[in-house]
Amino acid sequence: MTVKKITKADFTDLIEKVIASQKVYAPQAKGDKYDFAPLTSAGDMKLDYDVTLQPPKKYFIPPVETLLTFEVGGGYQSQFDEEKFVLLGVHPYDMVAINQIDKLFSDGHFDNHYMNRRTNATIIALDVVNASKNVFASEIGTATVKQGYDLLLTDIGDAYIAEAATEKGAALLAGANAADATDDDLAKKQKVQSDNELSLSKHLLKCPASDLPKLLEKAYDHPVWEEQAETCFACGSCNQVCPTCYCFNVQDDVNWDMKTGERKRAWDGCMLDGFTKCAPDHEFRKNRADRFRHRLFRKGKYVPYKLGGEIACVGCGRCVGACLPDIANPVNVYNRLFDDLGNG
Amino acid sequence: MCECCTTKKDIYLPQLATIEKMRLMNDTEMYFRFNMDDGPMDFIPGQFVEVSVAGVGEAPFTISSSPTQKDGIEMVVRRIGNVSKALHNLKTGDKIGIRGPLGEGVYPVEEVKGKDIVFICGGIGLVPQRSFINYVLDNRDDYGHVTILLGTKCHNQRFFQSELEQWTTRDDIHFLETIDEAHDCWNGNVGVVTTLLPKIESELASSEIMVCGPPIMYKFVLMALAEDNVPHDQIYLNLERKMKCGVGKCGHCQINNYYACVDGPVFKYSDLGIAPEAI
Ligand code: SF4
Ligand code: SF4
Ligand code: FES
Repeated sequence: MTVKKITKADFTDLIEKVIASQKVYAPQAKGDKYDFAPLTSAGDMKLDYDVTLQPPKKYFIPPVETLLTFEVGGGYQSQFDEEKFVLLGVHPYDMVAINQIDKLFSDGHFDNHYMNRRTNATIIALDVVNASKNVFASEIGTATVKQGYDLLLTDIGDAYIAEAATEKGAALLAGANAADATDDDLAKKQKVQSDNELSLSKHLLKCPASDLPKLLEKAYDHPVWEEQAETCFACGSCNQVCPTCYCFNVQDDVNWDMKTGERKRAWDGCMLDGFTKCAPDHEFRKNRADRFRHRLFRKGKYVPYKLGGEIACVGCGRCVGACLPDIANPVNVYNRLFDDLGNG
Repeated sequence: MCECCTTKKDIYLPQLATIEKMRLMNDTEMYFRFNMDDGPMDFIPGQFVEVSVAGVGEAPFTISSSPTQKDGIEMVVRRIGNVSKALHNLKTGDKIGIRGPLGEGVYPVEEVKGKDIVFICGGIGLVPQRSFINYVLDNRDDYGHVTILLGTKCHNQRFFQSELEQWTTRDDIHFLETIDEAHDCWNGNVGVVTTLLPKIESELASSEIMVCGPPIMYKFVLMALAEDNVPHDQIYLNLERKMKCGVGKCGHCQINNYYACVDGPVFKYSDLGIAPEAI
């Protein structure tokens, strides 16, 4: 594994070179916030961003994508995106989310539409420089990340420490004007990471995250679901901005010629009305409270059950800011449950 | 494309099949028999397929024929959504897309060999059950006593009528039928399907029970079976859900911890543990 020190100016030069040969997506300013977008000039990347509006999942599961093309009354043809790209500046909590979805999309039935994009990507992860208002990754254990990326950057003030974890990462780094990292540099990197492991905690969870599945086991009939969901709009924003939400819908679009068309997959959300509706007169989770509970059970119990205990909320805090009635914060709900049921 | 992706088949890609036969069985239920264009498909009773009508979409339908029947695959489509309406408008010889067979939770075809079986079917719940029923009838010696209970809402909604006639006359099965609402043309039992249970009360606790019907039915059946102290590991529930992907990804079919599409659609009641959303 190669670890290099690279000045910020040299890193900008490197990215300028990469842009010339590959598509690069990076966090950039959007009003007074940040979001991932195609990078046309390295000077536009904002690597000290706090959090992006949308998680980078859109590069692997686009809001709408074509799975197949078809002829009406005839055959179907798989469609795949062939473009190779660099995804730059992924914070550790978002990297953990990508690692989780990798597992869920490759285990059992292998989703090669997702996995193909995943292998086409070179991911440059980035340790957090500025904590966002609602981040609680330290509480979940996702403030730093050890795998999934090709390259990991850590800002140590005047330079980045760049750790290549894969051949793709090493090849990218080889194009840079960079020096070997010294012990002193590594110590600085370590310091940034251990600080983050404590400081990305704007909402404090009252129990260890690993206890959530057990806590939820007792919480199915707790009044908190009804109480919180009373003001829920079922808008699905908490699903949309969540890096670990990946539910989707599939539908056909016929082209103008009425002979050919595309089968598309589009984001869906378990909080939306009709998500479980299977006949005109039957919807399984019709009540908002049931859906509210489902989302938080999915994060804290159902998905962890599939992932060997890993909690499927990575503490990015996006849903906290995205929810108008301010009820989506998982920490508040889990803490309330812990207060009532924690020691029972 | 990367190697791991090219070597694995696209889980969303339907294979073509040709409709061999269609028959409207009542106001809303259309019978289909189709053949896969690339050769026969192996499946186990309880499995389903995702059926595509190109340009309209895809929807899940349980296979209604038994794998012992070699002449095509049968399903029954109730005219209810876009895809099922489009299916009703097709004709013999038309192509449909098929993904499957899907579902790893299937009927306990092997597990219950030698045992007595009771099938409790409500309305369209007869469709999936019929796959296992016909399988049992084609391997009659492998199974013990067989009882079939069928409840249909109205007299004119009954389907597979000639098959039901045959079941009535066979002496190696016990077939009981009821309809919810009395009708002049019907002189059999009247009442919901659970009203048939007292008639076979003595058999219940020693039988393997297969349940499939509309969502509302499960609670009442389970309550009745509880009264007769039927052990939970002898009860199998075939649970219908909204499904999109059929392969455990899209999230639509989730029942608490479980995915109806991969963990089901048939669940052993005792395996479900705490899953209040199941019924
Ligand atoms: S539940 Fe909220 S805080 Fe947790 S990962 Fe999703 S958006 Fe982020
Ligand atoms: S919890 Fe908030 S963000 Fe989520 S659906 Fe309800 S109102 Fe929308
Ligand atoms: S139908 Fe998509 S997860 Fe089951």
